[in-house]
Amino acid sequence: MDGQSFLMLVYIFVLAIFVGFELITKVPPTLHTPLMSGSNAISGITIVGALLSAGLEEFTISTILGLSAVIFAMINVVGGYLVTDRMLKMFKKK
Amino acid sequence: MDLIIQLTYLVASVFFIFGLKMLGSPKTARKGNMYSALGMLLAIVVTLFDKHIINYEWIIIGLVVGSAIGSTFALRVQMTGMPQMVGLLNGFGGGASVLVALSEYYKIAPDIPATTGTTIIISILIGSVTFTGSLIAFGKLQGIVTGKVVKYPMQHPINAILLLAVIAIGVFIVINPGSSDILLGVVGVALVLGVLLVLPIGGADMPVAVSLLNSYSGLAAASTGFVLQNNMLIIAGALVGASGIILTLIMCRGMNRSLMNVVLGGWASAGAEGPAADSAAPKGDVKSVDAEELAMILDSVSSVIIVPGYGMAVAQAQHAVRDLANTLEKKGVKVRYAIHPVAGRMPGHMNVLLAEAQVPYDELIALEDINDDFPNTDVVIVIGANDVVNPAARHDQSSPIYGMPILNADYAKTVVINKRSLNVGYAGIDNELFFYPNTLMYFGDAKDAMGKLNSELKEL
Repeated sequence: MDGQSFLMLVYIFVLAIFVGFELITKVPPTLHTPLMSGSNAISGITIVGALLSAGLEEFTISTILGLSAVIFAMINVVGGYLVTDRMLKMFKKK
Repeated sequence: MDLIIQLTYLVASVFFIFGLKMLGSPKTARKGNMYSALGMLLAIVVTLFDKHIINYEWIIIGLVVGSAIGSTFALRVQMTGMPQMVGLLNGFGGGASVLVALSEYYKIAPDIPATTGTTIIISILIGSVTFTGSLIAFGKLQGIVTGKVVKYPMQHPINAILLLAVIAIGVFIVINPGSSDILLGVVGVALVLGVLLVLPIGGADMPVAVSLLNSYSGLAAASTGFVLQNNMLIIAGALVGASGIILTLIMCRGMNRSLMNVVLGGWASAGAEGPAADSAAPKGDVKSVDAEELAMILDSVSSVIIVPGYGMAVAQAQHAVRDLANTLEKKGVKVRYAIHPVAGRMPGHMNVLLAEAQVPYDELIALEDINDDFPNTDVVIVIGANDVVNPAARHDQSSPIYGMPILNADYAKTVVINKRSLNVGYAGIDNELFFYPNTLMYFGDAKDAMGKLNSELKEL
């Protein structure tokens, strides 16, 4: 990776942080727990990297690490979304 | 195909953003979460078409095992156990980042450019700290690890040295990318650092710790994005990182403490000296009531505010509280709930518990929106909360909680405090509210006490 493409990634990172700040400040305190578990599920996006590691042609140490990463990330993703849905289902208006 | 994959990643990123936006209102929140999940599904499915993926057997095993464990966790957990659940899930996210970074390292070593090497080290550092830090937070919330503030000698110098060690080894690896054994040193030191950073934090400061770890888990995902040069990972990770930071700051503001103060385990030094604090206890008369007397008082009022705290969660009293509120409402009493930002063990903890007990969310009012209403309220019922209604925060400059925003429960005509004893709260200080002339103590376990009160009230 050269300096130029690294800088592009930093750009995207910084701009996304700002988008995040804008979005999250509008979430009411009532929803802070589901926000936390729901955003936590999003951080399981690492699954993409895990899949690329676990699907290598040759079986190496990278594959083992990748497989473990798939399991970890998938627990994060499935657990996070399901538990958030369970909570949000309960929020009812009078 | 590459182009289609990249475009789908863009679509997934947009779904995440929309999902979070829809979490801005309880009406759209559930749908928003589904959009976000749909984005994740898209990202996973399209990645499977990547030309670098040749073998699917391990992937399938991983997906099935991970989904099975994740869904078991999610469907089994009780609402009172939600803080530790979220803590645990944070940890898995962080762990995945470490594993992916390591895997990437072994894939491309020893020809690793300095920028990639740096991102791998950063990814390992953040991911490891998130992983062990979250496990400790989980342990503390679950009661496996002590919820007390843990102090050990040279705490801060040791952490600083560990961090410097990670950086030093990291720089060495970036310069000599072939030294894979030393890389494991980075992992080891960073894992220890995660333990030591969270261990000192006390139980009631967990809202801050869990929020901060939430932020770290996002940053870990973003750092993986830097390693893989994947924009979607960076965007998704940054969104979560920002979310966690905001929640962290809200929690700190709720306690009027700086982030450094919480992270370094500052406030609770007062809690650690419990007996000393007792000697300065405000002396006075405590008036206590039983269920029957209290029911008679409540029978003739027109407005009630309920202030729930962690004690309600511990006693699993949310359903009993809801039943009581229903009885009151049937008698024409206006019932609302005042929610302090740091009540419970994670942001929004009380709201989830009360939502589980089918309390409508429009009756759950945040501190700044309800604080002016206390003077016009007949009765405030404080259930398992303590420091968040301590008037000392307003006027006693020597109090450790001085300056913390509190619920103005003491301004109500009558304050009823349900507690098991007169013991101090988390901050380790006495609550002068217990001795106020308009305060009535209603002793007992929250669940039993509310149940008894409810049946007395029904008989009237």
